[in-house]
Amino acid sequence: MKARQQRLMLILIALAALGLATYLVLNALGGNLSYFFSPTEVIEGKAPTDRIFRLGGMVQADSVARAEGDLTVTFTVTDHHKSIPVAYTGILPDLFAEGQGMIAQGKMNADGVFIADEVLAKHDENYMPPEVAAAMDAGQKAKLQSTTN
Amino acid sequence: MTFSEWFDMGGYALYVWGSFGMTVLCMLIEVLQLKRGGETLRQRIARLNRWENAQ
Amino acid sequence: MPSNIFQFSSPATFYPLAGRLVPWFSVIAIILIAVGLYMSFFVAPTDYKQGEGYRIIFVHVPAAWMSMLIYLVMAGWSIVGLVFNARLSAMMAQALAPTGAMFTFVALWTGAFWGKPMWGTWWVWDARITSELILLFLYLGYIALIGSIDDRRRGDRAGAILLLVGVVNIPIIYFSVEWWNTLHQGSTIKMNAQTIMDETMLVTMLIMACGFWAYSIAVALIRVRQIILQREHHASWVREIIGDQA
Repeated sequence: MKARQQRLMLILIALAALGLATYLVLNALGGNLSYFFSPTEVIEGKAPTDRIFRLGGMVQADSVARAEGDLTVTFTVTDHHKSIPVAYTGILPDLFAEGQGMIAQGKMNADGVFIADEVLAKHDENYMPPEVAAAMDAGQKAKLQSTTN
Repeated sequence: MTFSEWFDMGGYALYVWGSFGMTVLCMLIEVLQLKRGGETLRQRIARLNRWENAQ
Repeated sequence: MPSNIFQFSSPATFYPLAGRLVPWFSVIAIILIAVGLYMSFFVAPTDYKQGEGYRIIFVHVPAAWMSMLIYLVMAGWSIVGLVFNARLSAMMAQALAPTGAMFTFVALWTGAFWGKPMWGTWWVWDARITSELILLFLYLGYIALIGSIDDRRRGDRAGAILLLVGVVNIPIIYFSVEWWNTLHQGSTIKMNAQTIMDETMLVTMLIMACGFWAYSIAVALIRVRQIILQREHHASWVREIIGDQA
């Protein structure tokens, strides 16, 4: 019985040490494990603006504009605190839309515009039929109206 | 809704059928492999028993 | 020591018990997966944003859950094996490994087939997807490790230690979408917030998950019986069961 308990203690201590070590490593790596930077992080200078990096956030409503004659699209990416203008030439994924999440890979230019060479759509974790979504949307709008009135 | 409309999955046919197809395929392969492995194993042990009984 | 529960830790006792359980779990798995597939395609409604493409969720999420759950169960058996020196625990872990690896592969594959149309890419190296790939390597590494050590006791112990070291990866996979910015969306079924998912969709996903769960148990029980036969083929009870005709 004694030996068994000793082995169990040993395993638990080893697992705790392993967990602690992993926690410390992950803590040290911190933001480096993040796939993208938010507009706030970019403006605060946390993103490597001299190199290619990924910018993630929500496409601001009514900000998507297409340049005439070519495939260039410009839009604003926001995290509801700060926002950054983005320009992209190419085909956008199916789920790319205003009010939706997206992640762009590219570089900041001298004018503070993010020149993207790849745009990915990030979707949310909510799933529902279109009727329900429409009803929720209408409910939200009614609520907004009643609070502004 | 016709069959081809349903099969088209609103344009996502490749992705939906590619996912469900691979899932079902993997499970079937696992089950068949287990079945074959079990038969081979039983035969091997039976052969071993025959050999030892003959000793 | 052979009193009540410990009796079942003897391979000779467990072999027939597992054999009796297999048909039950097989039938449950077949029924649940059949119902789940029917609901996936004919009952669950279209999604408001992802159209019909979201239906991949019905195999992707249950497969991803199983990939993590099976690993945790294997790690649990490893602790039991190391503490009690029970041979059967290592066999249980060994029997689960191929199924866990299979579900991990399925989760990655279906994820890629979802990512391509929805995100615009088959693969990204974000924290969620990368840690799930590491899980696949852990499974394959475990299978290779125990296969390469001839001494069974040493092989079992080495496998158990590998499983326990790798267990830190499971919370990393699970919480990656909360700890870091990832392309992968957050968990739909949250522990501390409301789930926003249509009820029919949710039920379909849960039925499929239960089906995969029953499938895993059935397959693992069949495999553990084979492992028992293989390891104990010299024992007299195995000889009696198999006989010399085949």
